[in-house]
Amino acid sequence: MTVSFAYLAGSAAFADQIFVALKHWLVGYIPAAAQPIVSALLSVIPLMVVFPALFALTTVCERKGLGRIQNRYGPNRTGPFGLFQPIADGIKSLTKEDIVPRAADKVVHFVAPIVLVVAAFVAYAVLPVGRNMVAANLDAGLLYFFAAGSIAELSVFMAGWSSRNKYSLLGAMRAIAQMISYEVPLILASVTPIMAAGSLSTVAIVDAQASYSRIWPHWFVFTPWGFAGFLLFMIAATAESNRSPFDLPEGESELVAGYFTEYSGFKFALFFLAEYLGMFAVSGMGITLFLGGWAAPLSFLTWIPSWVWFFTKLAGLIVVFIWIRGTVPRLRMDQLMNFAWKFMLPMTLINLLNAAVWRFMPLGMVRWMVCAILIFVPYLIFSRALLQGQHFEKRTYTFAE
Amino acid sequence: MLGEGIVTGMFETARNFFGSFVNKERLTTIQYPEERLPQIEAARNFPILIYDGEDPEAGLRCVACQICEKECPPKCILIEKSRDKKPDFVGKPQFYPAVFDIDVSVCMSCQICVEVCPFEAIKMDTEFELSTDNRFEGLLWHKDQLAKPNQYYQGIHPTEAAKVDQGLGEEKIKAEAKARAAAGAKANAPAPPAVRAGSEAAAKL
Repeated sequence: MTVSFAYLAGSAAFADQIFVALKHWLVGYIPAAAQPIVSALLSVIPLMVVFPALFALTTVCERKGLGRIQNRYGPNRTGPFGLFQPIADGIKSLTKEDIVPRAADKVVHFVAPIVLVVAAFVAYAVLPVGRNMVAANLDAGLLYFFAAGSIAELSVFMAGWSSRNKYSLLGAMRAIAQMISYEVPLILASVTPIMAAGSLSTVAIVDAQASYSRIWPHWFVFTPWGFAGFLLFMIAATAESNRSPFDLPEGESELVAGYFTEYSGFKFALFFLAEYLGMFAVSGMGITLFLGGWAAPLSFLTWIPSWVWFFTKLAGLIVVFIWIRGTVPRLRMDQLMNFAWKFMLPMTLINLLNAAVWRFMPLGMVRWMVCAILIFVPYLIFSRALLQGQHFEKRTYTFAE
Repeated sequence: MLGEGIVTGMFETARNFFGSFVNKERLTTIQYPEERLPQIEAARNFPILIYDGEDPEAGLRCVACQICEKECPPKCILIEKSRDKKPDFVGKPQFYPAVFDIDVSVCMSCQICVEVCPFEAIKMDTEFELSTDNRFEGLLWHKDQLAKPNQYYQGIHPTEAAKVDQGLGEEKIKAEAKARAAAGAKANAPAPPAVRAGSEAAAKL
């Protein structure tokens, strides 16, 4: 009995570390001089394969999911259940003509989508997708993540400015205004796990959450400040990745794609790829900071490989993103800005205080009560203030009913 | 409270999402080439020529009066009258179209040809899958393509066809009664030619 149990535990550990072991095994065949560079490549290439593949899968799932939400089938023609739709889309965008405006700054116009994609990929370096599965365990990993993420703003402005089109420029201005406004609450919301874990390293933050009291995990989302922080982080992440309801920069139904109006063909597809990669990266960071990263949700489920848990959580967040997109209508520009500066920013600042109170109060129910009140009362006050002067009444339709 | 509306909205969309898998009524999409709705009776597309009986040549109702050709607003009909005559549905010798062409790339489906036809010969079809790889010859329809049996017409527009059949039947009865009366009046006169009147017979009439 004990033998078989040990064997099971051993095979679970093997499955958990299968990719790490594979990499070490492959690197073993390389001459010692080339080992560092090959090791780095073997860490990077899987990221560059898995996440674009996830992008392809997400586009088809999103279109089918949105279809079902609107009582439609969604794409179901290309291959079984429309699963080959991304391939068709890829061929389409590759074969389309690449139009560059005559007045455009050709170099910057060409570089902008590449910068955006590179910035999106670079952020994955510090994302722990499993136990010991991180491309670079930086001491200031979180700082690096947000620094890399902010290159996206630069690229958006490059795209808008180099097109020499007033609508592109206006779209870029709007996009940058939004991204900078929401970057503040995004970073402030992610400061709370740093306070709790005492480290900027993403690996250390996950390790701080990967323990259990009896069967229950120590994820930061299961604390008042963590719960609020997670919600604030995900709202800011939605705005940061230009997803509905914060998709004003694109706003395909009212603007002509905003800052990438003058892009066509594969460059246009690159913008989409970068947008989704950014969404996955920031969701992955949300998982790392609040949802325990690769840690299993219950202590007896640790036999399932850690990378499975990471990608399950990521899939869950993607579903929520799609669900939100199918539910919430787009905000107006003033609503967007009001929400960022009058609600998100004060809430994240109060949440910082809340996390500090949680840190220094003695364990027990009192701490829970105090911290819950400390975040819920400001929420009530700020949401009341945000909705002040807005009258919602049931609209009666004269002709439509 | 902020967020309440979002939560109720999320429940609503979730209900729609799962409902579309279990409730056929929610999912109203007809997946066209495989599934199709029954064609509605009032549908109309391009004109066809109706013939009675089995033979599209002999039974064609059109008498080449060329009213439709003259009335057609975009001028998409081309008719060439025959030199000889053939008997119509009551047995009366009539001209028939030697050539009857409709250019459906020009036709605007206005149905004016149908309105003006005194012989119930031209009617609107409901067929809509008409794509062709030749935009010149493929869209110029000739008499043999246009001729459709009366049963087909009864199938696509049952109400309208019943009315037309009734009218034609009454006309036929009237014509027969007239013929019988005429036959009674001049019993010793030679009987009019019954089938395929020649040009001499036509000249005599």
